[in-house]
Amino acid sequence: METRFEPKIVGFLCRWCAYTGADLAGLSRINYPPNVTPVRVNCSGRVDPTLVLKALASGADGVLIAGCHPGDCHYISGNSKMVRRFKLLQRLLEQFGVEKERVRLEWVSASEGGRYASIVESMTEELRSLGPLDWKQKVVIPA
Amino acid sequence: MTKAKIAFNWASSCGGCEIAIFELGTKLVELSNKVDVVFWPAIFDYKYTDLEAMPDKNIDVTFFNGAIQNTDNEHVAKLLRTKSKLLVAFGACAYCGGIPSLANTTTRDEIFTNSYQETPTTVNPEKTVPQTTAQTIEGELSIPEFYNTVKSLNQVVDVDYYVPGCPPVGEQVGKVLNQFVDGDLPPKGAILGASDKSVCHECKRLKTDRKITKLVRSYEIAPDPEKCLLEQGIMCMGPATRGGCSSACLDANMPCRGCYGPLPNVVDQGGKMLSALASVFEVENEEDIQKLADSVADPIGTFYRFGLAGSLMRRTKK
Repeated sequence: METRFEPKIVGFLCRWCAYTGADLAGLSRINYPPNVTPVRVNCSGRVDPTLVLKALASGADGVLIAGCHPGDCHYISGNSKMVRRFKLLQRLLEQFGVEKERVRLEWVSASEGGRYASIVESMTEELRSLGPLDWKQKVVIPA
Repeated sequence: MTKAKIAFNWASSCGGCEIAIFELGTKLVELSNKVDVVFWPAIFDYKYTDLEAMPDKNIDVTFFNGAIQNTDNEHVAKLLRTKSKLLVAFGACAYCGGIPSLANTTTRDEIFTNSYQETPTTVNPEKTVPQTTAQTIEGELSIPEFYNTVKSLNQVVDVDYYVPGCPPVGEQVGKVLNQFVDGDLPPKGAILGASDKSVCHECKRLKTDRKITKLVRSYEIAPDPEKCLLEQGIMCMGPATRGGCSSACLDANMPCRGCYGPLPNVVDQGGKMLSALASVFEVENEEDIQKLADSVADPIGTFYRFGLAGSLMRRTKK
């Protein structure tokens, strides 16, 4: 049997909204792909671009950053800081040759378990068709 | 008293680091009473065979400038590592790849095609590009192989100390050389000749609430010499760059380009600068944020100008 490519996704989930939302997805017994390895952070605004770059450079196929909806940030403006950073980061990653689909910024509230599950599902599907990133093996070492 | 044996080498770099040593001026004469130069190809007539003939660990300290971009650079790096007690990555190129590592945004083939065929001053109808070996009447001749990816010195050999800067400023070079002569050295792996605080800390400009609504290139405006350049919308790497240069560029009304590399405990200078820049964006709606982000010309060349090889991603996908 041919094995299907399973992307490794690192998920930086804000503790107040997205992580609780992911928890709710589990509590509600929603079926969704197990490809995201969640890392609980206090705020999406805490996600330094370095963390995303490090994940990609160390073998992740994609990175999901999820936080509170605009206006709902527990720390007032953390998520809006992330939006600014994310736009710049997208430009940088484009220049590095990392496909846009590999790094996503999403808003998930604590009550949106279903939304979290569908985001993970669609991202996993997209990365499956993109194939592995495998930065070190495919980009750094052969060159 | 036996004199310390020192060596200097020039790999893939512009030669500015060699000049930085001469910035010491007459102090070099004083230094020559304390040290013996046993290898310095840029200044004296040394050959690799002289180096090969030395016993291992013969040199007390080697200052290696330049990145590793071809087999010759790597060969000499390895040879000097064997022959030296201490190996110092001297200057931005040896430390993090420097300007030469911006070649990691392209490939060897693209560089060869551009340099040997496409540049307006090139006439090359036979499309000749350098080969590593060639047959001539005299026999087979060979030149070093050019790498697709530029590396920093510590990506090919073990490095004891790092001296950042493009080039390291003269005053710091003097201090560093004396540190080695006096044996006054911190633990292995330390950064010498630099500060632990950012360039902003040394910059004398007035900094208020850093908020920007647009970015300008330095040729587009006549910047106020008293005010923070980033506040004036000029891309300045100061917040994410290690100090030690006494903010020389800022004093000349030019923005910091980041040559002293990342601050302590920072793994990726570009990532940090990106983060710092985004946090001063004073625009609210998404379209304006996008516009401001799009106005950063050449993100890799801006954020990783002196350290693409030493960054997390190291090169672009091609």
